[in-house]
Amino acid sequence: MTQDLPVRNPDPPEPTVPPPDAPHRSRADRAVVRDALGVGTAVGLSGFAFGVTAAGAGLSLPMACALSLLVFTGASQFALVGALAGGGAPATAAAGALFLGVRNAFYGLRLSGLLRLPGRLRPLAAHWVIDETAAVSLAQPDRRSARLGFAVTGVTLYLLWNLTTLLGHLGAAALGDPAAWGLDAAGPAVFLALLAPMLRTAGERAVAVLAVALALATHPVLPAGVPVLAAGLAAPLVLCVTRRGGGR
Amino acid sequence: MSVWWAIAVTAAGCYLVKLLGLSVPAGALERPLVRRLAALLPVALLAALTGLQTFGGQAGALALDARAAGLGAAALALLLRAPFLVVIGAAVVVTAGARALGG
Repeated sequence: MTQDLPVRNPDPPEPTVPPPDAPHRSRADRAVVRDALGVGTAVGLSGFAFGVTAAGAGLSLPMACALSLLVFTGASQFALVGALAGGGAPATAAAGALFLGVRNAFYGLRLSGLLRLPGRLRPLAAHWVIDETAAVSLAQPDRRSARLGFAVTGVTLYLLWNLTTLLGHLGAAALGDPAAWGLDAAGPAVFLALLAPMLRTAGERAVAVLAVALALATHPVLPAGVPVLAAGLAAPLVLCVTRRGGGR
Repeated sequence: MSVWWAIAVTAAGCYLVKLLGLSVPAGALERPLVRRLAALLPVALLAALTGLQTFGGQAGALALDARAAGLGAAALALLLRAPFLVVIGAAVVVTAGARALGG
């Protein structure tokens, strides 16, 4: 759920003789908290769409809540639920969700150097290593702000995402058929919104186009859920072609 | 594998890859090829998921219906740099509208 972070005004010039540091620091802190709250709130609320989608896919309330509490990475959750709703085997659905989750390892790699968390906090912080916390933290100028941004985004998102999952699932029954409300479009729209900022280079666009073609072409012939995994082949394929072509 | 098993496996696996990233010494996974592949894999999966959940019908069929209009609206919102919630909202509202009009 990466999204563009608000562009922050350039910091006021550093005073040449720094005063006891408190006013400047608290102003910078407030800016970080504002960014973090904005991202956390916007994305946290889309947990509502997840709750409704999970209910529409036939998942029970404990199942939907367990996913948001324990998996806590939106794309994997939507992928799992979408694959199950499409009649995919649970093992295939889980495989697709896991593949999507792998990118969080790379966020973690970049964050570990930036945040330098003490060992005992690491297992706790790991649960919050996702698109949004990485985006907010990596956008900060120093470690103090990065830690603050990570913590505030993590808390806000975790609380809201779980609360809205619960409310979305509970509200789904009152809504009736989610398709009549267009809520079946929420899942793919989330994927598209996550995908858009990743499409910067020609290679990335080629992978996206090839992946859609592979997925739609294999959809009629492969069991549900498998076409997504087959489309994953687009990444190594394009990488192979660009390397052979001297692309890098 | 039951649905609960799928949830347990997904939860455990997703947590472990997060923890792995935070715990592995920097440099271990920093090989350029691995990083390129790691950056491109989510692109492929997200694109495939978007395509399938927009055009995928029941039992392996492909369908062009109200969802396509909704996703078009979402794409437009993204081009206009709309916030995340507005993008999702546009897709939902336009899909519901197109369906109400008999699309």
